[in-house]
Amino acid sequence: MLMLALLLIPLIGAVVVAVGGERESKHVALGWTLLACVAAVASVFAFNWSDAATAQFEMRAPFLPHYGINLWIAADSVSLLLVLLTALLGPLCVLGSYSSVHHRQRLYYASLLALQSFVTGVFLAQDVILFYVFFELTLAPMFVLIREWGGANRKKASVKFFLYTFTGSILTLAGVIYVAWARTGLIETAAVNAGWTFSLEFLTDTARFMSSSEQTVVLLALLAGFAVKVPLFPVHTWLPLAHTEAPTAGSVVLAGVLLKLGTYALYKIAIPLAPAAFVAFAPYVAAVSIIGILYAGLICWTQRDVKKLVAYSSVSHLGFCILGLVAMNAVGVGGSILYMINHGLSTGALFLCIGMIYERYHTRDMDELGGLASKMPVWAFFMVFFSLASVGLPGLNGFVSEFMCMLGAFQAGAAWGPGGTGGVLGPWFAAFAATGMVVGAMYILYMVGKVVFGPLTEPRGHHPHETLPTDLNLREITVLTPLAVACLVLGVYPTPVIRSLEAPIIEQLAHVERYFPEAEAVETSELERPEPAGASIVAAEGGLR
Amino acid sequence: MKEKLLLLHPEIALFAGACLLMVLGLSKSATLRSLCAPVTGLVILIAGLLAIPEVAERLGLLTAEQRSTAPLLLPYAKAMVAGVALLLLPLMTGVVDRALESRAVRGQPFDPGRSLRGEFYAFLLFSLTGVMLCASADDLIWLFLALELTSLPTYIMVALSTERLRSMEAGVKYFFLGAFGAATFLMGFALLYGAAGTTSLTGLSQMMTLGIIETGATEAARGVQVYELSPMFIAGMTLAVLGIAFKIAAVPMHFYAADVYQGAAAPVSAYLAFAPKAAGFFALVSLLSAVTWYAPIDGGATTLPESLRVLLWVMAALTMTIGNVLALQQRSAKRILAYSSIAHSGYMLVALMAGPGRSPASDGLGAVLFYLLVYGVSNAGAFAVIGALEKRNARGEMVEAENLDDLRGLCRSHPLLGWSLVISALGLLGLPPLFGFWGKLPLFSSGLAAGEIALVVILAINSAAAAFYYLRLAAAPLLDRLDDHQPRPVESTLSGRRVTAVLSAIAAIGLVAFTAPLQVTTHRAAEDAYQRVTLGERARDVIFRPAPEVASDERAGEPVATAAER
Repeated sequence: MLMLALLLIPLIGAVVVAVGGERESKHVALGWTLLACVAAVASVFAFNWSDAATAQFEMRAPFLPHYGINLWIAADSVSLLLVLLTALLGPLCVLGSYSSVHHRQRLYYASLLALQSFVTGVFLAQDVILFYVFFELTLAPMFVLIREWGGANRKKASVKFFLYTFTGSILTLAGVIYVAWARTGLIETAAVNAGWTFSLEFLTDTARFMSSSEQTVVLLALLAGFAVKVPLFPVHTWLPLAHTEAPTAGSVVLAGVLLKLGTYALYKIAIPLAPAAFVAFAPYVAAVSIIGILYAGLICWTQRDVKKLVAYSSVSHLGFCILGLVAMNAVGVGGSILYMINHGLSTGALFLCIGMIYERYHTRDMDELGGLASKMPVWAFFMVFFSLASVGLPGLNGFVSEFMCMLGAFQAGAAWGPGGTGGVLGPWFAAFAATGMVVGAMYILYMVGKVVFGPLTEPRGHHPHETLPTDLNLREITVLTPLAVACLVLGVYPTPVIRSLEAPIIEQLAHVERYFPEAEAVETSELERPEPAGASIVAAEGGLR
Repeated sequence: MKEKLLLLHPEIALFAGACLLMVLGLSKSATLRSLCAPVTGLVILIAGLLAIPEVAERLGLLTAEQRSTAPLLLPYAKAMVAGVALLLLPLMTGVVDRALESRAVRGQPFDPGRSLRGEFYAFLLFSLTGVMLCASADDLIWLFLALELTSLPTYIMVALSTERLRSMEAGVKYFFLGAFGAATFLMGFALLYGAAGTTSLTGLSQMMTLGIIETGATEAARGVQVYELSPMFIAGMTLAVLGIAFKIAAVPMHFYAADVYQGAAAPVSAYLAFAPKAAGFFALVSLLSAVTWYAPIDGGATTLPESLRVLLWVMAALTMTIGNVLALQQRSAKRILAYSSIAHSGYMLVALMAGPGRSPASDGLGAVLFYLLVYGVSNAGAFAVIGALEKRNARGEMVEAENLDDLRGLCRSHPLLGWSLVISALGLLGLPPLFGFWGKLPLFSSGLAAGEIALVVILAINSAAAAFYYLRLAAAPLLDRLDDHQPRPVESTLSGRRVTAVLSAIAAIGLVAFTAPLQVTTHRAAEDAYQRVTLGERARDVIFRPAPEVASDERAGEPVATAAER
């Protein structure tokens, strides 16, 4: 019930806002997103954290029985954390848009609410077609947001965003249907649940019977859609355009949540549906993500537009995320999922900060802005804080996840096993990724040094905003504070979150395990180890319990 | 004969209604003349209801035994066609005779000799009769007559649809090219008769199933039934398929579509985009069932005979691609919809190639029947919005606002029309969870189940490419703004157009709830149709090869001996 509420509350709110009054729409939208937030917090308490791997709050209704398509939603801890992130960002986005959106407000807030609902649906879906339906539905409100309230180049940005992602996802649909059809051939007619089905658990069970070459085709089809969404180099070119041209809240949702759809999809769907191919392709995907880290990082270093810099940094950061994912060990995948949450928080906050500057100065050009700390100390504090979180300063959330991802890649050297090392990557991958950390520090600190510190530079002809004060007002501080607190808490005490992720990740990796029977020999040796490697990280981090 | 008449009650009702309308339109009383549209709607409703066997049985037209043995394709096909026609009917009101009626209202005497209203609706009903007859055809001559009955009235409807020269030009173009198409498939049917010795579809199928050939020892030992496909048969089938390709606007007979759809008024274009396509696909389903999808000896998915398979493969791929590519450049919304109509035919051809399947998910023929409904509903909405807008052109005449630029900002100036266009465009695109997506899903699954992986990939890429222009159609009303110097389009005074637009948008969302029963129904209908033609003997373990030369009994000029003569 709670999950259905989380799904429907923003949607009903969207309808209410769309038919309501123009002036009250922002307050009504805020109310509905806060309600969704309350439901999300309630679900945290209602969730059984000791059994985190089981999908809880399950609700299922048949839709197309002959296809085996059900309306099936449920949440395990991974899904729940991402849903929490979405629910948290919702009211912050609404509140952050109060002063920047003035025309067609009803459509704006209705789109934001609908987008929140659809993204929640993606994280909760247990049926692959339902996943696809929500995945595609997110394109529509995002398109509207970019097209109507975006920057100068918004037409091209919105069209490129929609078409690029839509093309990839249709190929993914073909791949998914292929797996479902192959299942009808692999399962005997008399077996239970024979015939067509799109439930993730049944498709997973049969995917491991598919031959390696079939799985390769399936994985390529799945990657076509998910790699565009992540985005992986070289299909990332829609992202800088979309991010830069989107309105502030649009960028926050895009960076904070929509990009996670791709990484979450790789974790939830690509790994179980094509395990052998995933393992075989892992080094190549890792290589591509490392290229993305370094390439996007270097592009960031040359940027003059602050928003575009942060947009490219998203590409760079998600390279780390994917690197941890394809390491296929508990540390790496745990780090990857934690990265999704952390990146959503810190990059979302960075976009909010940049938006506040843009509202006051109407420019994002680093040549025209400089040394703003002297005029806006509170803003400067938040900007530096979130920049350091993004870079990966120990003590803030970015460090934990970045370190775990690289440790996972490092340890993915020889043997196999959920509790131990992977078998696909190795120290060289981690070494190259580490240079990406250096590049990351370079561009972020350069940007911070130029825009926040240094001599005060303001654009020529600048006059103060009519309604906004020079420094942040209470509303803007309220928007940024929860994100800052979350970054700090996740940086200092991430243990509960990491612990809760262990069980579902181990279960997900077990899908891959079962495809490699020789791995069981290694697994038995793992049982003699005192603790899994993930716990040792926790001990080192939390350290002080 | 009597059994055939029992299945024709809907067509008889439509025909009687058409005759009534021709008289009604000539009446001196304006009230009676205004009844033309409601009477048409009533007649279509009656025909749709009569198509349902339970209703016919309740009315005493069928006995219980006849009802249980009636073909399953007919209720779905006729009811579906009647339903979409009812959706299109409010759109069709007021297409002809507007000037005449306004003169009559101002007091001038009504001249029946110049009135076209009754005839227009009568032609609509005649054409619908033809579509329904196509569904119930089991004979080549019947099929030919039904296809012609579908199209001939539409030629006239196109020419009559506006008072400008453009629609007469479109009508003439359509007529000549249509006659060419009809000649093509008539030649094909003649060759099929020559090859098979019978015009009945069951006979065609039987002729192939009973092919007995002396073959090599190994084949005979395996008990293999060998089909012969004489070159005449292949030629006949190819010409028949190409001729029917004109009806469905498939490559290479697609050239007429853009000009005719643009020249005719939007309501008539909407009808053209649906009815001949439905008739063509009903015909193709029956005709290709006679040829049979077979399962090869050495395993693999069911497939058509090689020559036909190549023909349909190329047709499907080219139709999808050409339809989408040519739509990208268009500035006129009607031309976009015309080329998209070509592309949708291409999508359906993929499923047609996939053939029958055991379950609704792998049944290509059922997917085609279902997609006709999906496409008809969304297509009606898109054309309805275009038909509802008028603007003054350079010569001062009120014409349809068919340019993409005229559609800008529609959601704010005319919200009902604007949002209907957005929903119709997204439905045609196949954005989930609208009805259009659930129509696309069986196309994908049946194509993959039949092993046509390359074609499904082409289908996927084309569906994505279609997003280019459907996005324009959806974004223009919602997110763009009219330039200030542009003449503002106004809504037509005919409220029927708005009714169709809104109903279509509601259907595109509401019918999603009925997807499951509809897909099961279409699967059963297609399966039944296929089995009736092939007499349930689905070919298994079959190889195809050209008929051997028969030396002794052949006289000069006679066709190669066929099985029917043995």
